[in-house]
Amino acid sequence: MKTLGIIFSNIHERDIPELTKVRTLASVPFGGRYRLIDFVLSGMVNSGITNVGIITKYNYQSLMDHVQSGKNWDLSRKNGGLTILPPFSEDAGGGVFTSRFEAIKSVASYIRHNEADYVVMADCDVICNLDFAPAIAEHERKGADITMFYREKNVADTDYERLIVETGEDGRIVKTCGIEGAKGVHKVYTDFMIITRRLLLYILDHSAQWGISSFSRDILSNVREYKIYGYELDGYCVAVNSLADYYAHSMELLNPEVVRELFYKGGAGIYTKVRDSVPAKFTDTAKVTNSMIADGCLIEGEVANSIIFRGCRIAKGAKVTNCIIMQDSVVESGSTLNCVIMDKDAHVLDNRLLSGHPTHPYYIEKEGTI
Amino acid sequence: MKKKQCVAMLLAGGQGSRLKALTTTVAKPAVSFGGKYRIIDFPLSNCTNSGIDTVGVLTQYQPLVLNEYIGTGESWDLDRKNGGAHVLAPYQAKRGARWYEGTANAIYQNIQFLNKYDSEHVLILSGDHIYKMDYSRMLAQHIDTDADITIAVIDVPMDEASRFGIMSYDKTKKIFDFAEKPKEPKSNHASMGVYMFKKDVLVRMLTEDDEDPDSEKDFGKNIIPKMLKLNMRVFAYQFEGYWKDVGTLKSLWEANMDLLGLEPVFALDGDAWKIYSGNNAYPPALFMKEGSASDSIVTEGDIIAGKVVHSVIGEGVTIEEGAVVENSVIFSGSVIGAGSRISYAIIDENVTIGKNCVLGDKKSSPDRIALVGRDTVLPDGTEIESGSVTEAE
Repeated sequence: MKTLGIIFSNIHERDIPELTKVRTLASVPFGGRYRLIDFVLSGMVNSGITNVGIITKYNYQSLMDHVQSGKNWDLSRKNGGLTILPPFSEDAGGGVFTSRFEAIKSVASYIRHNEADYVVMADCDVICNLDFAPAIAEHERKGADITMFYREKNVADTDYERLIVETGEDGRIVKTCGIEGAKGVHKVYTDFMIITRRLLLYILDHSAQWGISSFSRDILSNVREYKIYGYELDGYCVAVNSLADYYAHSMELLNPEVVRELFYKGGAGIYTKVRDSVPAKFTDTAKVTNSMIADGCLIEGEVANSIIFRGCRIAKGAKVTNCIIMQDSVVESGSTLNCVIMDKDAHVLDNRLLSGHPTHPYYIEKEGTI
Repeated sequence: MKKKQCVAMLLAGGQGSRLKALTTTVAKPAVSFGGKYRIIDFPLSNCTNSGIDTVGVLTQYQPLVLNEYIGTGESWDLDRKNGGAHVLAPYQAKRGARWYEGTANAIYQNIQFLNKYDSEHVLILSGDHIYKMDYSRMLAQHIDTDADITIAVIDVPMDEASRFGIMSYDKTKKIFDFAEKPKEPKSNHASMGVYMFKKDVLVRMLTEDDEDPDSEKDFGKNIIPKMLKLNMRVFAYQFEGYWKDVGTLKSLWEANMDLLGLEPVFALDGDAWKIYSGNNAYPPALFMKEGSASDSIVTEGDIIAGKVVHSVIGEGVTIEEGAVVENSVIFSGSVIGAGSRISYAIIDENVTIGKNCVLGDKKSSPDRIALVGRDTVLPDGTEIESGSVTEAE
């Protein structure tokens, strides 16, 4: 069963405007050395999907710089491999697409020229180490048209745009509806789906005629016409839909169980762009506890309960607690930071005192100086 | 095919027997260094950074790890269409099969490779040293002086000079005297084992040497003295900077320790001369509540729940609660069990040390390093004395 992967690099971007101001959601840094796209992209590769198209919208220079030829994900291939799909939509009058459906329609020829049996579509806001292979096998076994991935979770802490599903016997979805007004624990759709390629092309070819312009409204809710099954994602799987989410899920990486599951499950690693940084160096004044420290860091000060990305310097006498410090940022001596998110190449000068709160972390923009 | 100006030949077949158990199953150039590197990363990165994109890597002793590591050369940007990294193992030919017998013979057996690329110059390197060197500057001097061979030299302390090939040269850098490991050295200009030859001269010298039954087929012992005798243009290139032969446990340990500190003896970063290495998919190092690191290097994939002091910790190492690692070098993939105490030790790859083990004793020092070989499993409570070697069965 040949499968084509399609990744939407930009959907959910508006949820975290701070981090996506200078980049697409796919290239939001996460976990000390990764970008959000690394999780779903590595998941596809580890599941044997060697054909992946990335749909882009705005601001995708940082994404192209990150994925390059796809070599780091073993996706630099003669047959297939990684393809960046630039935005263009006839439906939008030759401009950029405005919906997921329009985006897929704009790459119909890419999908048509592929020989895959199935198409896996995924967004970049989900952080998990997902093996798609069992889900694809199940999709095939059941002769499904569509498989929707869902998580059981309390809808109170879920963003309102998502769908919830109800499953009947053997996992077939009997109802799909919006999240508004729902309470308690539900099966929440993650915006990952498997769709049989022929069906997808058939729908795309007839969409104007049938008045189809939305996946969620016109396809996923039409559970009578389409054979739609649910697939439950178990284990560690979280979505980043606000800066507070981003902060909370980053901090979960300080739990070794989460690290084991996210980065080592079934021997499948998460790949990212190679930077050839030197290992992290700690001087005799360094004090580090309960933290994640990437290569290339120079730690002279105190770090507690924090995530420090590659190439950062925490100077002697600086105190960093409950923080996320992104690539190549510097905290100078005498400064104290608590619940701060420093974007890339930011600089906190001497003796600054900065503090946020876990639900409202203080954010310093890329290349910002305090 | 466009002709190359310079091709490098890297001698990576040596056993390195003074490194004891570290080289039981891997060749010396594949021995780990500095947390995430292997010794061979240094000459290979130097080549890439110097603009040399064609490197023949001559392997012989235990080549499996090395072959896999080099792969297509991609890690060092040496996966080139015209050129790149080539692993050159001894092979069978019509005249029979020969192992590489001596440094010069190893190159001689690969004259076909040199002829294929037909570069103007050939750089001979060894895979035993930790250093950052711009070979393009050496090549520039080699061309300027119209040398037949240029030998890179570094000044060593006079009392160590008798361990090296020692040269004397005049104001123009022309060498007039060369002695391999002399008892009474006449200078402290030591050969680094880095030679730049005119390709045609190299081919001629190697061919003549191969026909000489009395020759040991060695550059230092035979080729260079012969070139001096023939009054050929033999020049020195004076290198200044960090250069360390990591041929012994002590020197390997010292070279690792040289990386530590705010102003290290040898800085891996801080300049544009990046050292590349094979990269693994590890998450950043995770420090637990009780974990700490002081005056140390910690690499990605590590989980530190114990105490690390003045040590170099490789990739994917787990140091459990209550364990203390001091003055030690731990290669990748090892586990140090809870409550164990490690002092002045080198621990090779994928070693499992049980709980409450003690490595090292009161006599521990850089001269008495405890070595634990690759894949060794030490049961809980094992005690190992300083200066000993423990290998997997």
